[in-house]
Amino acid sequence: MIDPTSSRASLNAAAVLERTWADPTGLIGWFAHVDHKSIGRRSLVTAFTFFLLGGLLAATMRLQLARPQNTLISPDLYNQIFTTHGTTMMFLFAVPVMQALGIYFVPLMVGARAIAFPRLVAFSYWIFLFGGIFLYVSFLLNAGPDVGWFSYTPLAETLYTPTKRADVWAQLITFTEVASLAIAVSIITTAFKLRAPGMTLNRIPIFVWAQVVTSFMVIFAMPAVMLASTSLILDRLVNTHFFDVERGGDALLWQHMFWFFGHPEVYIIFIPGTGIVSTLISTFSRRPMFGYLAVVLALVSTAFMGFGLWVHHMFATGLPQLGESFFTAASMMIAIPTGLQIFCWLATLWSGRITLATPMLWMLGFFAVFTLGGLTGVMLAAVPLNTQVHDTFFVVAHLHYVLIGGAVFPLFGAFYYWFPKIAGRMLSERLGAWFCGLFFVGFNLTFFPMHVLGLHGMPRRIYTYDAAMGWGTLNALASVGALLMASGVIVFLADVWLALRKPIADPAASNPWNAGTLEWATASPPPNSNFLEMPTVAGRDPLWDNPPTQPIVIGLRDTARDILVTHVLDAEPDHRYRSPEPSYWPFWTAVATTIMFIWSIFSPWGVVYGAIPILIAMIGWFWPKRPDEGGTPVWPIAHRTLPRPNEEPAPGGAL
Amino acid sequence: LEPAASAAAAIHDLWSLMLWTSTIVFIAVLVALGLALVRRRRDRPTQPIDSSAPPAAVTRTVTAATALTVVILFGFLLASLWTSRAIAEVRPTRAVSIHVLGHQWWWEIEYEEGLPSQRMRTANEIHIPVGRPVVFKVTSRDVIHSFWVPNLHGKRDLIPGYTTAIWIQATRPGQFRGQCAEFCGLQHAHMAIDVIAEPENAFTAWLESRRTSARPAGSDIERQGEAVFMSARCAGCHTIRGTDANGQVAPDLTHIASRSSIAAGTLPNTPEHLAAWIVNPQGFKPGNQMPPNLLSSADMQALVAYLGSLR
Repeated sequence: MIDPTSSRASLNAAAVLERTWADPTGLIGWFAHVDHKSIGRRSLVTAFTFFLLGGLLAATMRLQLARPQNTLISPDLYNQIFTTHGTTMMFLFAVPVMQALGIYFVPLMVGARAIAFPRLVAFSYWIFLFGGIFLYVSFLLNAGPDVGWFSYTPLAETLYTPTKRADVWAQLITFTEVASLAIAVSIITTAFKLRAPGMTLNRIPIFVWAQVVTSFMVIFAMPAVMLASTSLILDRLVNTHFFDVERGGDALLWQHMFWFFGHPEVYIIFIPGTGIVSTLISTFSRRPMFGYLAVVLALVSTAFMGFGLWVHHMFATGLPQLGESFFTAASMMIAIPTGLQIFCWLATLWSGRITLATPMLWMLGFFAVFTLGGLTGVMLAAVPLNTQVHDTFFVVAHLHYVLIGGAVFPLFGAFYYWFPKIAGRMLSERLGAWFCGLFFVGFNLTFFPMHVLGLHGMPRRIYTYDAAMGWGTLNALASVGALLMASGVIVFLADVWLALRKPIADPAASNPWNAGTLEWATASPPPNSNFLEMPTVAGRDPLWDNPPTQPIVIGLRDTARDILVTHVLDAEPDHRYRSPEPSYWPFWTAVATTIMFIWSIFSPWGVVYGAIPILIAMIGWFWPKRPDEGGTPVWPIAHRTLPRPNEEPAPGGAL
Repeated sequence: LEPAASAAAAIHDLWSLMLWTSTIVFIAVLVALGLALVRRRRDRPTQPIDSSAPPAAVTRTVTAATALTVVILFGFLLASLWTSRAIAEVRPTRAVSIHVLGHQWWWEIEYEEGLPSQRMRTANEIHIPVGRPVVFKVTSRDVIHSFWVPNLHGKRDLIPGYTTAIWIQATRPGQFRGQCAEFCGLQHAHMAIDVIAEPENAFTAWLESRRTSARPAGSDIERQGEAVFMSARCAGCHTIRGTDANGQVAPDLTHIASRSSIAAGTLPNTPEHLAAWIVNPQGFKPGNQMPPNLLSSADMQALVAYLGSLR
């Protein structure tokens, strides 16, 4: 099944292959796309749009807090703004943008023709988009959530929030849970079952490992918040009493359920960031990653530990000291794998030859910002210190250092690194350096003073403060920094706009950074089928390690959407599988689901009647086709993939 | 950052330890990064890949750095546990016991000192003795709040359905400001509290005087003001002990004139601010429970004079 002398791709066959994998064109066809590159692209653009919206909200808050006793915005609006800002950045930007990178690059990096379950991925995009639109329409209708992105009970209960605002928040969570769970399943399956032959478990690129670890965390963390937000909706909709203290409910139960999700959420955002850092550092040091095994194990152990320290968000609630000590120890321990990763990155840089391209500038920023954020994190793990700075601007500073340092800096590095692959054009090195510099200075100017403000006693989530408190100067400084950050982002937008006006670079630029992973083994932008000739792999960095005579995969039809399924551990070929065709049904299913979600805010009957259109749409989605209609033919007995009991497996698989 | 109680001092020591250690680690990481950059910098993406095994010295350094991380973190852990223990040791028997109840958006205070009949309720201002431990038993009447006076101790959440205790022993006299630290709705920003630490005898005298009923209205204008208070809506919500006013949903005003601010730290307690507040509370603290009161200027003058006499 593998031809050692690759010389197949005649122009004609390639054209047929491209037609087979093409998505419908035109505006209407756009709703039927199942190509992971198309969905990944639109997810990136959508998530980045939400980043801009969340950033505008943040800038508004900075304007309000720039001087004491400011009356620019009312407390009611301020509470909506900070809630929507937090919710947007966590649920509509940070998690989706990392998953969007996964949707686009995981199939390419493992050498697959498609992502697993492409219609599910398409469905998840629509759910994510509709959820985000739902939040912002509510915000514009003055019904934006105003009880914080953490929505603590009993403040979020009907008694204290009689409007629909808390429901909007809880239902947005439902949207994003569904979307991210669907993608997590697809990414895990892609990474475990669709890898190119030869890519054994210990050759998977670290970025893909990071995406897999993150996806597992999503699968374990999201059900916790689903339980929490559903209980809250039930409390509000049909008067259950999960969190109703007056009737035997428990106000603290919410916090346990929320933070059991909420802390892993931080790592769901940060672990893909570390995957990006490992990838970029290796490429620009011209060296394979130092301590591959240690780094992968560090990611996995971070994921496990991430579930064992949620209580450090609740040290001020007065829990028993022995329990608090356990969570202090766990919160400090998680710094060990992260520290190990930092040392491995430094070792790679140390033993490599460094090229300071724009993506590398972002890595330098990452080191400075993230290390500082990590160290303040260790401080927060100590109960006594935590009770002083918890819920102050110190924590605001800490979380932005960790999340912007650990995720946004790598992310912008990744934009500059992968933009040529996605768009076939380079971004400007000069504008990129300006953007990086403005953002870095602006960031530190905004958030460093907040450490001091927190230590001086300024609590979070206050819409104004008294001049006598002496917090004015530092707040003004922070607001100036926010303007610098905003101007950096404007430079970035200009850079992207200018780059997109250029013609697509010549195909020789398919690997401008001379990188080692498989996404650079194909044209920029990649063809519909990802790889005209499907690669096999002989090392961790195939483009650096593969000999010139490396075989390619043959035996997949050009006329059908065939993909190769391989074994989990050693990526030996297992069987051929037909990837689904484009379909409009994921879109209609998402529309029906959205109607049901929104209706159920107003009436419990929405769940009942709203389920009917979803059922109809899913019947359409899964309607089987006979072989003469283009469906999958019945698999012939002779092509069994698994041996019968007592039967020797066929040599080299059974394709 | 100026500790005025044993707990805050212990936390401050822990903070210094962690701050300096972390600063050293931060600088070490950045220096290593800088050296790595300077050492082998070549601005050519086309140069060949170096996939030789890394030098043993690099591997040894990474191992040592990881080991050092573990050691430092264990040091932090022990320091943290030790600080927690030092804070927890303030548990003697002769403590002043004070209930703190959170409301949207003010603090109800009740002193348990003495006989049950001597219990005393007040609002938004706490006096404590220096050198004698105080136990705050905290809970909430509505949503979650958080009691936090940075100079004295870390914060403790006020959670409906739970009553938890926090121990504080002030080491020097002074007036310390606190503020609600858990987001509690519209006026979370205007929910401050003053804690005044004073010598034992001053504290005892203060407590004695606060246990008495309100000073009866003396002059004509004060009597007129008291009548306004009783006939307008005020008495429905506020209590003035010794009069017919015994509303329970708003701060106790028995000794309002002795407090330094009104509306939980929103405004300084001067006759002008008091009058402005009574006319238009929603203008200063939008969303709070107090309705506007359009009184004639004579009535207002009388009312402010009366409230100003309640020392």
